[in-house]
Amino acid sequence: MRRIISVLLENEPGALSRVVGLFSQRNYNIETLTVAPTEDETLSRLTVTTTGSDKVIEQITKQLNKLIEVVKLVDLTEGAHIERELMLIKLKATGSQRAEIKRTVDIFRGQIVDVTSSVYTVQLAGDSEKLDGFIQAVGTSGVLEVVRTGVSGIARGEKVLSL
Amino acid sequence: MELLSGADMLIRSLQDEGIEYVYGYPGGAALHIYDALFRQDKVKHILVRHEQSAVHMADGYARATGKPGTVLVTSGPGATNTITGIATAFMDSIPMVVLCGQVASTLIGEDAFQETDMIGVSRPVVKHNLSVRHPEEIPEVIRKAYYIAATGRPGPVVVDIPKDMTTPNERYEYAYPKKVKLRSYNPAIRGHAGQIKKAVDMLLAARRPIIYAGGGVILGKASDQLTELVRMLGYPITNTLMGIGCYPASDKQHLGWLGMHGTYEANMAMHHSDLILAVGARFDDRVTNATEKFCPGARIIHVDIDPASISKTVEADVPIVGPVDAVLKEMLSLVKEAKQKPDADALAAWWKQIGEWRAFHGMRYETSDDVIKPQEVIETLHRLTNGEAFVTSDVGQHQMFAAQYYKFDKPNRWINSGGLGTMGFGLPAAMGVKLTHPDDEVLCITGEGSIQMNIQELSTCKQYNLPVKIINLNNQALGMVKQWQDMNYESRHSQSYMESLPDFIKLAEAYGHKGVRIDSKADLESKLKEVLAMKDDLVFVDIYVDRFEHVYPMQVARGSMKDMWLSKTERV
Repeated sequence: MRRIISVLLENEPGALSRVVGLFSQRNYNIETLTVAPTEDETLSRLTVTTTGSDKVIEQITKQLNKLIEVVKLVDLTEGAHIERELMLIKLKATGSQRAEIKRTVDIFRGQIVDVTSSVYTVQLAGDSEKLDGFIQAVGTSGVLEVVRTGVSGIARGEKVLSL
Repeated sequence: MELLSGADMLIRSLQDEGIEYVYGYPGGAALHIYDALFRQDKVKHILVRHEQSAVHMADGYARATGKPGTVLVTSGPGATNTITGIATAFMDSIPMVVLCGQVASTLIGEDAFQETDMIGVSRPVVKHNLSVRHPEEIPEVIRKAYYIAATGRPGPVVVDIPKDMTTPNERYEYAYPKKVKLRSYNPAIRGHAGQIKKAVDMLLAARRPIIYAGGGVILGKASDQLTELVRMLGYPITNTLMGIGCYPASDKQHLGWLGMHGTYEANMAMHHSDLILAVGARFDDRVTNATEKFCPGARIIHVDIDPASISKTVEADVPIVGPVDAVLKEMLSLVKEAKQKPDADALAAWWKQIGEWRAFHGMRYETSDDVIKPQEVIETLHRLTNGEAFVTSDVGQHQMFAAQYYKFDKPNRWINSGGLGTMGFGLPAAMGVKLTHPDDEVLCITGEGSIQMNIQELSTCKQYNLPVKIINLNNQALGMVKQWQDMNYESRHSQSYMESLPDFIKLAEAYGHKGVRIDSKADLESKLKEVLAMKDDLVFVDIYVDRFEHVYPMQVARGSMKDMWLSKTERV
């Protein structure tokens, strides 16, 4: 099962490598990983998506909690949550394709952020499935380049992950 | 406030931490520190001949005293040579601080002479590692390192110290912090009261209970509480290899240790139990055998300071996270207060069953009139030392024989590399023990394969007068490898012979020690007596033992707890 684990981490050199190292060392898989400092600059917020049975996920969270620099963590998939991923995608856009792509971008509520005579660069945010859906809709033959950030997640409602 | 250089702050911090011994080896990046060490006499430095031994010495010291060990080495090869020792301590949760010199911070990343990313290299085998970024931080970093190493589930902590952090040219105000506060590190100080109550109710209602104790009982200094609880309940107890000594082996409630080479009765009792109280033990694969066949009728109460150890390999029904001494103390008072008493009839029937297993196959081996059996050597040593010696071992058949036939009644006396299985551990560990227990008998039980992995330390023993007794069970082969090849590879002994063995007697003499050879059974006891009487000498005792002996009992691979070989021909 796919899980989203959100971690508050001391913002110190080497802390991220400890988290990443733990996954490879214990044979766990990282699907996506995003990390950036929070409003409190001593803390980083890290979102990792991974797959595994309940038993494996329990071990992952326990082992992460053992790391001295991990302050707090939560498995977002245990409750209602919002997840977003940002994609920048460069598409071949000539002739009739230009209008077609524009329409598809509007439907997916994306934005064209760069234009040349033959290329559109599109920015799109949403959950991973939506981004996959967009790529499918425009058809892979027109795709020149894709870059995705990996998932960021946050719990819905009052629940917060903070000190 | 006093002004000190980084190097002086480091040594002063060790003094303020109460560190008496540092085991190490100097080199370029650590020279400022070594100079600071030279200019004081509170912290004593022991110069080893290989950095790996420094770590094993610190490890042996820590296991025998319960205090964290300290290592000091230089950068690059000095630091990487410690990795095996650090991994050994990590697997067995031994508190330790390893101080590594590093090239100057201005050179880091330039592939400078003797540069290695020690933080990166050590990361998977440490509890934590720290690097010094400003000389002023040194006292705080050192305090933190010992705090992390010794609290919660103990473990090794590496501190990387760039050379420019210790330069004598710059001085800073020195103050050693009294307390450490780490917002992200809060080891449990007591177990959950509700869970403990539930566990005690289950314990008192059990019909075929067993207590399974591990190294955590020794590390958590909880032997007394465990012993009291086990005696009060009247239940059988078994322990892991690491837990040897946590409960007196000579007591009738003790079934011996369990697992791959554990006793028949311990493994049978575990398999047939209806309730397991696991204390400071982690259900290692050398204990459980195939986890899917593990103890089908048993519910499990698991007490451990490390939440990640609970339900890692075997699912626990009642998890209790907390220090074992505090949890056992609370269990004890609940058992005392409880109206319910253990079911006497059920318990009598359970002991009767265990008695039958014991009678069927207690520890035994076949003796011979001419060849010396390794088991006999250990039994003789146990008798001659009244079971009071500190015993370190290396890894292999001799380790299993030592653990099986030397009956330990006290904790902290059996010192071996249980988790990592490190050959070369025994001699340096024995040295660490002897240094702080000069009046106690310290035996290093080893084999001719293992001892050669750190034999250069005979030189260190001479320098510091460490009269340990090295008992070399010489079967002229890598015994455990050969046993597996006998059992699983139709006796194709690929690379398991030790050819061109040195003359260990002359070797010991070359280093300035005594050597004694025992090759006839008639001499065994008298010569060992002579050896033990040589109190002031390191004696290398080279004993020619049966070359074909196997270690039994032995669990059948991928079987349940109870599937065992009892001898070369008898399988149950």
